[in-house]
Order: sequence, then structure tokens, then C-alpha cells
Amino acid sequence: MMGYLSVSLQPRAVNVDLQTDATLQVDISDALSERDKVKFTVHTKSTLPNFKQSEFSVVRQHEEFIWLHDSFVENEDYAGYIIPPAPPRPDFDASREKLQKLGEGEGSMTKEEFTKMKQELEAEYLAIFKKTVAMHEVFLCRVAAHPVLRKDLNFHVFLEYNQDLSVRGKNKKEKLEDFFKNVVKSADGVLVAGVKDVDDFFEHEKTFLLEYHNRVKDASAKSDRMIRSHKSTHTTALLRILLHHYAYYCTTTAPLRILLFFLKVSELFEKTRKIEARVAADEDLKLADLLKYYLRESQAAKDLLYRRGRALVDYENANKALDKARAKNRDVLQAETSQQLCCHKFEKISESAKQELIDFKTRRVAAFRKNLVELAELELKHAKGNLQLLQSCLSVLKGDT
Amino acid sequence: MADTARDPPPEQTDFQELEDGEDLFPEPAAAPESGPASLPAEDVSTNSNGPKQDSLFDDDPEDLFAEATEEVSLDSPERDVLLSDGPSPAITPITPPTSVITPRIESLTVPVSLQIEEEEGGDSFDIHIAVSDPEKVGEFSGTFWHLRDKQDSSGTSLSVFKQGEFSVKRRFSDFLGLHSKLASKYLHVGYIVPPAPEKSIVGMTKVKVGKEDQSSNEFVEKRRSALERYLMRTVKHPVLLKDPDVLQFLESSELPRAVSTQALSSAGLLRMVNKAADAVNKMTIKMNESDAWFEEKQQQFENLDIQLRKLHASVESLVCHRKELSVNTALFAKSAAMLGNSEDHTALSRALSQLAEVEEKIDQLHQDQANADFYLFSELLGDYVRLITAVKGVFDHRMKTWQKWQDSQMLLQKKREAEAKLQFTNKPDKLQQAKDEIKELEGKVQQGERDFEQISKTIRKEVSRFEKERVKDFKSVIIKYLESLVQTQQQLIKYWEAFLPEAKAIS
Repeated sequence: MMGYLSVSLQPRAVNVDLQTDATLQVDISDALSERDKVKFTVHTKSTLPNFKQSEFSVVRQHEEFIWLHDSFVENEDYAGYIIPPAPPRPDFDASREKLQKLGEGEGSMTKEEFTKMKQELEAEYLAIFKKTVAMHEVFLCRVAAHPVLRKDLNFHVFLEYNQDLSVRGKNKKEKLEDFFKNVVKSADGVLVAGVKDVDDFFEHEKTFLLEYHNRVKDASAKSDRMIRSHKSTHTTALLRILLHHYAYYCTTTAPLRILLFFLKVSELFEKTRKIEARVAADEDLKLADLLKYYLRESQAAKDLLYRRGRALVDYENANKALDKARAKNRDVLQAETSQQLCCHKFEKISESAKQELIDFKTRRVAAFRKNLVELAELELKHAKGNLQLLQSCLSVLKGDT
Repeated sequence: MADTARDPPPEQTDFQELEDGEDLFPEPAAAPESGPASLPAEDVSTNSNGPKQDSLFDDDPEDLFAEATEEVSLDSPERDVLLSDGPSPAITPITPPTSVITPRIESLTVPVSLQIEEEEGGDSFDIHIAVSDPEKVGEFSGTFWHLRDKQDSSGTSLSVFKQGEFSVKRRFSDFLGLHSKLASKYLHVGYIVPPAPEKSIVGMTKVKVGKEDQSSNEFVEKRRSALERYLMRTVKHPVLLKDPDVLQFLESSELPRAVSTQALSSAGLLRMVNKAADAVNKMTIKMNESDAWFEEKQQQFENLDIQLRKLHASVESLVCHRKELSVNTALFAKSAAMLGNSEDHTALSRALSQLAEVEEKIDQLHQDQANADFYLFSELLGDYVRLITAVKGVFDHRMKTWQKWQDSQMLLQKKREAEAKLQFTNKPDKLQQAKDEIKELEGKVQQGERDFEQISKTIRKEVSRFEKERVKDFKSVIIKYLESLVQTQQQLIKYWEAFLPEAKAIS
């Protein structure tokens, strides 16, 4: 049923406030949804000398974004930066299922109902599609805006290489390895987190981020549930009541004014229903997506702190090893080099981490402000629209009666 | 008795009875002839533009109220027949008919203020739930439920009552008793008697046990509202209003305890058995319907019944969804508050807390809206499902009446044949007996025919009244509902407008 869906996009993800820079501009100019994958057209404009052309496009799939993200994470040089969170996998399963069910149930409903439901589901599909495009785009823009990451070689390959990157998804063995790595990491993370930091700034950040991350997770889940409920509480039921009553009256050839009454009310509910759907969609965009994004970002920030903590532990261990070596007067040089490396690594991470965390806060505050203001403005707009519809209909109905 | 009370002096000459085959509602094509100008001028003015059936639609209530006007101003002796005791009510000056029609209809709005009181040896409780109702005209309350009844100063059809304002106490079983009395008196002659609210053993037991929780409060409120609607419908019926049992119910301070209304009593079982027997009988009566109107109407009511039940179900699901939304909104509000607490940027933290407050208020709005959905629509639909059952019952009685008539006719036929045979035998006394029986039966047949015609006539009127009432009911509920929606939106606007500057203040 959904063969493919192509969308020309208005870009600009809303969750991140990014400076666009003429030296490197990246966006997703087009996207195609096929049976089980989505193909993004990544479009780059750059004045940098490393690229062959000043403007070019390539087609990328979700796995290639993940490959890029993972390459950043695994790169030791980037240990001191908040790695922009990877975009979530495009998930049309729920929507596809609904469309399929609709197709199966086609016989049991009237043509009108069927068309209407189909339109609704298609709009939902489209909305999910636009969202996934936006999230992939945000990832790329964050990388492009980062002073260090934008210079990454893999990134340039990603942007420019117009063949398939042959990045397959992880196979079972690799997924299992990942799983164990994560287990080890979280255990380690607990140990590392337990180490008290001398630096007040980082100590505060650690406590803050831990709590914040959990709260955002909870808020994100609850906002999702609320918005889902909102979507299903349309006045469609009431609408049906009226339409039925109205249809009944048609069969009894009731006076015209009664027919008109019910007709007007059902028209009203049709319109308010559309507005209610818009409200739910806007809440989804401005609130739920915001929370989801900062859930991922706060996780990335936590990861940064973890890496720093790890480096600190390594540094302290190297110190202890050096003391021991000096005491025994054996392998001192080795211990010294090792200690210096650790020290250097730790300091490098600390320095950039501080700036990253400050930037994170700035971005976060700006994004929340923007979205909360827009949310309030949209809610007001819709409520006023609804009110106006209801009042004008009421005055007409009361005038008639 | 019911008939004598209704002698309608037709002030309006276009008060007509429906002839057979005439349409109850005019064709929609015909209506526009009257033009859009006549659309607003509905019940009140005599809509002489519209087709004459239309005026029937409008004139009925006017007609009966006109009768009441007459009564009061002429101090007619008829009134005494209706009252259990003589004294004339305090009559306040009456304004001329046309302007009083609308307020007169409104004077019958009677909300119930409820107070459940302890009765000696009784099984009710001391729960005080006051539902105040500002300037409604009549209020009924009773033990177990209090009925308080006030008169409108513009004078009304409540002139049949003794005093200006009085209150009585009634038990739930009294309401049921009233209904069963009215049903036994009027159903079989074709009047649609509004059904009483249903018993709910579970609900009542909870209340009796003294459970003071959400669901038992809801139950009490549901019941209060249902009793109120029941009484309203009963007194809106022009014939029932004048019934002495109704008057007694509304006025006298002591009411003989209704006995046969317990759910699990022998009388109750007897009723159930009778109902079953009736159902079987109905299936075996094959009536020759000479009147297409009745056939059509019956079919329509069948359809309406099915639809209303479906709609009732979908409203219940809507109410459920809205309650779920309310719960989820409350959860989110709490979560947002927590998030605000942990946010270390002060302005953002404050804004998030504000957001949490807004969402909490919105949650309350959702709850209120759910209540509106429920009380307005769900209960109304439930009422109408029960009313339709009463309507169907009335149609069934008509069939029974017809059957009776047919039976007497057949019997008469047989007796005549027997008499004819007796003519040839030499049994003069037997012949005389046969002739007497025939005379009697002829009378019966005539009566049967008259009954049948009467019930048919009554049903037509009742149905037209019912349909009008139904439209009015639904329309008024819809308008109330829209008004509640308007309020919700206005509140929403207030909340978000208060929040916006907080969000903008983040820096």
C-alpha cells in the first residue's frame, strides 16, 4: 500500500539552535520511503578546500548515519566532546499496521468513513516521516556546527562519497558484543561515578546530569502517553451521534429546520475535530520531541562525564603505578611516560568537557525557551480558533431555535 | 378518568386531529415554502405559513396551557374534581397568553435538591448532598429524596397545586410506586408513561453500607439527576400532570408506602412472569394493520432503538477516553514539575514549574468535560432507550386492544350462528338467553372498536408529542454541551495566556 513516499522538505529541526556557517552547510533536501527503508538525500554546500565541489548531494540510509555516529564514539580523540546523539531508527511499523488493518476492514465501513480514515492514517504516516527526516538532519547539522567534529574525515566521506558506503547493519555476533560492552560500561560507570571529583564544576554537573536525565526520561514517557490519549479523544464519537440522529431524521422526513440544526452541529464538530488533531500534533512536535531529544543529549553528556571519569581513574592509577615503580626503582621511565599520557589525556578531556557542558546548557535553555513559547502560542491559536467556531455556531443555532 | 380530564376547548381553530394516512411531518420540500423568515418563529407564534400539520406540531402545548389559563381565570369547577381536597390555590395574576407561553413551559423545570435523611427504622442514611439551584421554579425533594416545590410568580399550570411552596420527602420506592400506578392507569389506553429510573442493587448497597467514595457519590448524583429528569418528564405530560396520584405524590406529606416495588419480591417476580407472557402473546398476534402510519412508526422506533443503543455505547467510550486523558495529563504535570525542580537554570526551572501547573489545571478541565459528556449525553441516551421501550409497549397495547375487539367479534359471530341454529329448535328460553348474550356481545364489540380507535388516536398524539419532546431534549442538550465546550476553550485560553510570558522570560 505504501509503495514509496517522497517528500520535499522544509528543513530546520526545531530542537537545536544552531549557527549556520557558510563554510559548511548540510541539510536533507529529499527523502524517499520505500518498503522497509528510508533513503535520505544529504545535500552539502561548502567553501572548504577539502571537498571536490562546492555543492553536492549523496543518498544515505539510516545505517550509514549510525556508522558515522559510532565512529565518533570510538574515536579516542573525541573523548572530550559531547557526541551528537544518533537519530532513532525510522519506525513506520505501527503506522503501516494501521493502514493494513484499514485495508482489511474496508468492506465493513462506508466509503466516506474509509476515505476519511485513510486520509488520517496517511497524514499520520507523513508526520512520522517528516519527523524522522528532521531528526537525521539535526544530527548532521550538529556535527557540521561542531568546531572539531566538522573536520572529521569520516564525516567528509559520508557527505561526499557518492557510492554506497557498504556499511551493513551489525550482525548478531556484533550486536551481542555491543550488549556486553554496554553491561560492562554501565557497571564501570557506576564505579567511576562513585569517585568524588575534586573539581566542583564537574562534581555539580555529575549530580545534576544524573538526576536531570532520569527526570527527562520520565517526562518524555508521560508526555508521550498524554499526547496519545489526546489523539484518541476526538469528538468523533459525538460527531457520529449527531450524524446518526441527522440521518434518522432524514428518513422520517422531518421539518427542514431540524435537519439544518443537526447538519450545522455535525459540521461544527468536523471542524473542531480537525483543530483538536492539530493541537495533539503540535504538542507532539513542540513538547514530546523536545523532551525526547534532550533525553538523548543528556545521555551523550553523561557519556562524556563517564569518559572523563574513566580518564581520571586511569590517571590516578597511573600515578599510583609511578609511585610504586619509583619505590622499587624499576620501569620508572615506562611508568613516567604512561603517567604523562594519562595526565595529558585527562586534562585535554577536562578542558573541552567544561566548554561542552556549558554549551549544552546554553543550547538546552534556548531550545526549551523556543519550544515552550511556540507551544503556548500554538495552544492559544487553536483554542481561540475553536472558541470562535463554537461561539458562532451557537449563536446561529440559538437564533434559529 | 384520563379522558375526562382532557377536554380541550380548541381556542385555536387549527387544532386538528390527524386523519389516517396524513403525514406527521411535512415533506422537507414543502417546508421551504414557508421561507427562511419563518424559521426562527417556532413554537411560540402561530406558524400560519407552514403546512397545517406543522401547526399541530406547535399548538399542542399551547392548547393545554390555554386550558389551564381558562381554568384559573374562570375558577371552573372542574378543578375540584382533580384535587384531592377542595381549597383553591393562591392564584396570582396571569399575564396574557402569548407572552406567558414561553415562561410557562420553563416553569416546569424542576431540579431536585437532594438530601437523604435518617428515618425511624428506615434503612436510609445521613448523607447530606446539597445541590443548590438558583432561581428554578419548582424543586422537589424527598426522604431519601427531598422535593421542594415553588411556584412561579407569573402563575402557571401549577395552579392545580395547593400552595405556593412546599416540600415533601419521598423515597426511591415511592417514585417506582408512582410509576407503576401511572403505568397501570395509562399505558393500556395509549399514553406514553415515562419510565422510572432503574434499580441498582449494587449501587444502592454501596450507599447503604456507607461507603463514602468517588463511585458512590457518582452513583448518588446519577440517581438524583435521573429522578429529576423522570419527574420532569412526567409533569411535562399534560395528562399525567393532572393525575391525582401525581398530585398526591408532589404535595402530600405522607405517602402510603409502595409495596410492590422491591426488586426481589414476589410481586416483582409476578411482574416478570407477566412480561414474559406478554412477549409470547405479542409474537402470536397477527394484526391486520389497516393503518400504514402505525406500521411505519413501529419500524422507525425499532430502528431508533437500535441506533440509540449504539450511540449510548459510543458516548460511554468517549467518556472513558477523556478520563484516561485526564489521568495522563495529571501524570505528565507531576513529571514536568519534577523536571523543573532538577533544572538548574532558574528561569527555565520556573517556567517548567508553571507548565506543570497549567497542565494540572487542564487535567481538571478534562475531568469536568468528561462529566459534561457523561451527564448530558450518556444519561439522555439511556433515558431515551428506556422511553422507546415504553413507546413500544404502547404499540403493543394497541395490538392487544385490537385482539380483544377481534375476539369479541368472533365470539359474537359464533353466538349468532348458534342463535340461528336455535331458531329451528324449540327452546324459547335458550333462544332468549342467546339473544341476550348477543346483545351484550354487540355492546362489547362496539366498545372494543371504540377502544381501539381511541387508543389509536391517543397513540398518534402521543407519538407526535414524543417526537417533539425528543427533538427539544436533544437540541437543548446539544446546546448545553456546546456551551460547556465554549467554557473549556475560554479557560484554556486563560491558562496559556498566563503561561506565555513565563516562557518568554527564559533567557
